Amino acid sequence: MSAAPGNELRIIGFLCNWCSYGGADTAGVGRMTQPTDLRIIRVPCSGRIDPLFVLKALVNGADGVLVSGCHPRDCHYAEGNFYARRRLEVLKRFLQVLGIDERRFEYTWVSASEGQRWQEVVQKFTERIHELGPAPKITPDQMAMAETMAAQPR
Amino acid sequence: MKIGVFICHCGSNIAGTVDVAKVAEEVGKLPDVAYSTDTMYACSEPGQEGIIQAIKDHNLDGVVVASCTPRMHEPTFRRTVERAGLNRYMFEMANIREHVSWIGKDKESNTQKAVDLASIAVAKLTQDRPLIAKKFGVNKRVMVIGGGVAGIQAALDCADGGLEVVLVEKTATIGGKMAKLDKTFPTVDCSSCILGPKMVDVAQHPNITLYANAEVDSVKGYVGNFEVAVKKKATYVDWTACTGCGLCTEKCPSKKATDYFNEKIATTTAISIAFPQAIPKKASIDPEYCIKITKDKCGVCEKLCPTKAIRYDMQDETVIEPVGAIIAATGYDLFDYTRYGEYGGGRYPDVITSLQYERILSASGPMAGHIKRPSDGKEPKNVVFVQCVGSRDKSVDRPYCSGFCCMYTAKQAIQTKDHLPDSQTYVFYMDIRAPGKMYDEFTRRAMEEYGARYIRGRVAMIYPKGDKYIVRGADTLAGTQVEVEADLVVLAVGAEAAKGASNLAEKLRISYDKYGFYMESHVKLRPVETNTAGVFLAGSCQGPKDIPSSVAQGSAAASKVLGLFSKDELESDPQVASVDIKRCVGCGKCIETCPFGAIEETDFRGEPKANVIETVCQGCGVCTSTCPQGAIQLQHFTDNQILAEVNALCQQPLVTSFE
Repeated sequence: MSAAPGNELRIIGFLCNWCSYGGADTAGVGRMTQPTDLRIIRVPCSGRIDPLFVLKALVNGADGVLVSGCHPRDCHYAEGNFYARRRLEVLKRFLQVLGIDERRFEYTWVSASEGQRWQEVVQKFTERIHELGPAPKITPDQMAMAETMAAQPR
Repeated sequence: MKIGVFICHCGSNIAGTVDVAKVAEEVGKLPDVAYSTDTMYACSEPGQEGIIQAIKDHNLDGVVVASCTPRMHEPTFRRTVERAGLNRYMFEMANIREHVSWIGKDKESNTQKAVDLASIAVAKLTQDRPLIAKKFGVNKRVMVIGGGVAGIQAALDCADGGLEVVLVEKTATIGGKMAKLDKTFPTVDCSSCILGPKMVDVAQHPNITLYANAEVDSVKGYVGNFEVAVKKKATYVDWTACTGCGLCTEKCPSKKATDYFNEKIATTTAISIAFPQAIPKKASIDPEYCIKITKDKCGVCEKLCPTKAIRYDMQDETVIEPVGAIIAATGYDLFDYTRYGEYGGGRYPDVITSLQYERILSASGPMAGHIKRPSDGKEPKNVVFVQCVGSRDKSVDRPYCSGFCCMYTAKQAIQTKDHLPDSQTYVFYMDIRAPGKMYDEFTRRAMEEYGARYIRGRVAMIYPKGDKYIVRGADTLAGTQVEVEADLVVLAVGAEAAKGASNLAEKLRISYDKYGFYMESHVKLRPVETNTAGVFLAGSCQGPKDIPSSVAQGSAAASKVLGLFSKDELESDPQVASVDIKRCVGCGKCIETCPFGAIEETDFRGEPKANVIETVCQGCGVCTSTCPQGAIQLQHFTDNQILAEVNALCQQPLVTSFE
């Protein structure tokens, strides 16, 4: 079930406090076993998530980013998740432009009562990231090349 | 910065699958961490004292506790660090129980994950700033939504406690489902006799304003200062003039109007009063059936009314009620049994719901308390009760138990025998769930004294045969199939969330589960609170409940409101947005996106700038991710704070190859 130690990939989760973080708690209280790759960052609302957070994570070495908020129409702040949905949908399309596999990013809705659903979401997303493997990293050679190019006078 | 880190064992809850000493050791290596240790129970008194002592001994300016979910103990530890003289926001929590030890089996992976989570908490803490709460006034009025027994109890308790109460009821009378019942279990006490006095109290209480035939239109504001728009639906009768004499209902020629109070087993007049004990006892017109309104003829009621109260041109009216707290007591509705095609799907007139049977049993019902078949008016001999119709049935997406059906079925079996001594009752059941005081004894009485034949098994189908019905089901105890010839079949339909419950929840900004029942703040310990401050729950809107539980919850919700209102001022949450006026370009995007209208434009030396109204801001942070300048920042969840967490996880050394 869980990735063997050393084989873990780096998956970052941004979860809203009221629904999905609660859902993850519910899954925990129910002892619903999940892969251990995911690290959760708590935010008040999915509407607080700046797409830049997701990008920053992906560019700096995350292998996958998962965002989860309240179901549409069930937002603690009335409409925060609608803003999140629009921004994240645009981000998803934008990732390809940046050369990042858009499958490394996913957003979903899980309520505080849906522990089981959270377990499934984590399971599936972790499996997907493992299928994709570690995100490509910049090699020192490439880094050096980039630095030389940047140093060249135009 | 000097940070103290405390890794909690939580007995074996965490220490069982996480090497807590190792976590403390690893986190202790982080640059800002001055002190790191593991502790048996961080939340216990010695645990908290240990934190306070460490803050003093090591001169710490921030604390991280890695233990359970912050949704549980964050307030506890904030108070702890405050006792030691730190600002309560110089504290972060890492959730290594619900998110680590309870869900991962591998100790090594768990330990690494716990180290990571504690490290991001440390990273966040390095960016934290002290925040100070402000105080604001409280409007000590409360609104109760729903006039069933739970809402009535909540309204009366609040009113008796000296609060001004606004009670909003959707239908034309309060009383809810309980008012429709003939008798109550396990005492077989008359329902309207015990509810009636409470309803009268509501009508007469000087502190209660009752809006019947009204619904909540919109909710603005926040705890202590809500503004609720209540839509008073047109009744076409001026209730200030109507005396409830009933003359109009006697003479109304339109007698085919739907009788919702009698669960549609009878019809009523277009102008009607729901039932004799209705509160308020005022007439209202169903515009769909009124001949004057539909065809501009008739007008009998207008001519007859001694107080000239009829207003055919009445319009809906909206009133704004400022209140400081809201109690939702919107109750339940019944499962639509017509989804069961095998039970006739609503085609057989003598297959009825339990609530329809209550109206048949009731002396004030359409049959004046004589049990008769709706089809031909004959007295039934064999009455078959089918339990769990739309409850404990995954096939219709109702896997939960409605809780009270076993009991009312036993009561109805007893009443059937009382009304018709020659009758025989049969009850098809799955299990008998009677866990209340005197409940099991009561179902025993139905079987032993009243001869109800209980058959353990589900009913496969019901079909007509002559003027009777054949009920075919399994007897799982005997291991046989049984067929019973029934004159009348009563389906114990399950409870489900009230129609429109999710709509109201969205207005109140509270959560509901997948079946539409409202979610309490904590399943065990905060049963009447919601996650929205100032909004409380009572009765079946939170889940199916019998009368005593609903009443208890009504009182509980009232006591929570009285507790909230015992202070003249509340502390506002300082985790609100704040504008850096030097960065703000006055584009107004935050003003547009704020769901609460908490941001206004101000003039700063001739330049437009955003300004946050702190008491209105709820702290969602939508503005922060909208601002193109990063000028508006949600305190305690600023860009820098969240990015610090991201960096703690993702700033790893570059790898040398793709492998």
